[in-house]
Amino acid sequence: MNNSFIQINNISKHFADVKAVDDVSFEIKEGEFFSLLGPSGCGKTTLLRLLAGFEYPTTGNLFIDGVDITELSPDKRPTNMVFQNYAIFPHLNVEKNIQFGLRKLGLSNDEINNRVKDVLTLVKLEGYEERFSNQLSGGQRQRVALARALVRQPKVLLLDEPLGALDKKLRDEMQLELRTLQKNIGITFVFVTHDQQEAISMSDRVAVMNNGKIQQLSAPNELYKNPENIFVSDFIGETNFLKVMTKSSEGEFINASIEGLGEFKIKNNLNIAENSSDVVCSVRPESMMISKVKSDWDICLEAKIRQTSYLGEMTRFYVEAKGIDKVITVSSQHFDNQSFADNECFISISLEDISILNKK
Amino acid sequence: MLQSWRKLYAKSENTQAYSLLSPALILVAVAMLVPMMLMLSFSFFTQVSMMEIDFSFTFQRYIDFFQKNLLVTLLIKSVKISFLVTLITLITAYPVCYYIAFYVKKNKMLWLVLLTLPFWTSYLLRVFSWKIILGTKGVINSSLINAGLLSEPLTFLMYSETAVVITLTHAWAAFALLPLYVSLEKIDFSLIEAGRDLGLSRFEVFWKITFPLSLPGVIGAILIIFIPTVGDYVTPALLGGTDGRMLSNMIQAYFGKANNIPLGAASATIMLTTVAIITIIVSNVTKRLTQRLS
Repeated sequence: MNNSFIQINNISKHFADVKAVDDVSFEIKEGEFFSLLGPSGCGKTTLLRLLAGFEYPTTGNLFIDGVDITELSPDKRPTNMVFQNYAIFPHLNVEKNIQFGLRKLGLSNDEINNRVKDVLTLVKLEGYEERFSNQLSGGQRQRVALARALVRQPKVLLLDEPLGALDKKLRDEMQLELRTLQKNIGITFVFVTHDQQEAISMSDRVAVMNNGKIQQLSAPNELYKNPENIFVSDFIGETNFLKVMTKSSEGEFINASIEGLGEFKIKNNLNIAENSSDVVCSVRPESMMISKVKSDWDICLEAKIRQTSYLGEMTRFYVEAKGIDKVITVSSQHFDNQSFADNECFISISLEDISILNKK
Repeated sequence: MLQSWRKLYAKSENTQAYSLLSPALILVAVAMLVPMMLMLSFSFFTQVSMMEIDFSFTFQRYIDFFQKNLLVTLLIKSVKISFLVTLITLITAYPVCYYIAFYVKKNKMLWLVLLTLPFWTSYLLRVFSWKIILGTKGVINSSLINAGLLSEPLTFLMYSETAVVITLTHAWAAFALLPLYVSLEKIDFSLIEAGRDLGLSRFEVFWKITFPLSLPGVIGAILIIFIPTVGDYVTPALLGGTDGRMLSNMIQAYFGKANNIPLGAASATIMLTTVAIITIIVSNVTKRLTQRLS
């Protein structure tokens, strides 16, 4: 497997005075399901369009499988795209839409027909050959767009928020299906999404972007467990931020004084500076425990429940703890509803669930 | 009384529809249908003398039309001039609309308004200004002579078919812009990107995606220009001379100086039929063309 199948070298893209993509470099492995994740306007779509050839970078170079594609027009690139709105040609039926990109490959008619048949089976659209775009549901259109791109057997498939327009249930189904499909055919997928859950559940690796820069590039579980900065920690999942002051460091630990909790030795993975207030402490809602009685965890605080919201698979408590001037969110599956009748409770935190992050 | 009316009105969608349509329907009936029926009936009569018309039914006027070489020639010339006008307008207007639809990002409306600006002056004024531009002592000829490029003025510019085609093209271009622009504007740009993404060159993408999808606008523009220009008589009368005369000028003459109302009516009916047939052919051919292209 080629570890630098797609190379993105110092790519910047400026629109007038906006830096949509700002000096980004990374590599994507062959056969990888790679996601670009970030809020709207973070530059993820621009980066995908740069790979497709719809935009050309202001600076930097792009390589796919060792070939410099920076200056190539979209029709000369070994990539194909699944568009956000699917971009199905409305004047052509499903079969013609899928054949569209095959005519230029110089294949025989038999080969073309076979490929179309195979890809229709792959995306489970047999029998829909004669339909037009306006006779298809959103999910079916999405499959046509996928088939049309895959039938050309590109080296890289680019997907621009392809599941955004589908309803929740269908989206979950398609996530699983896309993932299986990608593993079966082994084509490298570059997937753009603003939905963190989607990126985390489907991808081998995720690049979180903001303001045109990569904030963190790692495997999904790493993003969640070990976010490298405040943006990633906030964007992936939910978290509570507490004020913190760092003191002296001791080996791989650092002494930190956390608002309302006291002074502790916290693991320092991110080279946090000593004696700094330009840092923040993060505790995930589901890592905390809420209870009626005092626990023997590292930290146990007396607190008052201000609000409760029932979410089905878990319940979320908004609590006020002594010495913390901010409502803390705690999520829990295990609790006795009756016992919190007077809103008095304890929240417990284990030291290993506290992480300290740089503000920038 | 009023209540029962209201009930009746609310009950039937047809009553509602017809009452809303009635002003237009009455206008069309009085101002279009009646005169057309009158014209049609006159085409079956005979002009006996200056003031006298024989009202007995005959097809002779239609036979007269096809026996007079001049009339047939003028019909063909009318169609030919209109065809040229339509073609030139499309070729010039399409790229402009394409540009505005896909490349102008801000103030698209301003562009369209600017393009239609010349059309805020009267049609007649514009025809006369072309006279000033194309005439023997007009802008083009005098500047070419002054520049020493010509010793004698170009005569084909004025009082000719060329003059009629140029003037009509300019006069009707604005009407082609709008349907073309609307149909191009509606095309999702990601379809064009998808075409490029699927390996087609810019040129192929145009012929396989953009053009077929803009055909409704093209057909609209063709009909909007062809139908009125084929019957235009102001421009050929003022700028056409003998070379640029069209059938409509002859029809006008039959109702006036030549005083043969039945023959004029028959010529008008034949012209109307010809335009209708051409319209049907155009829309069918373009439909086929779309299917062929895709």
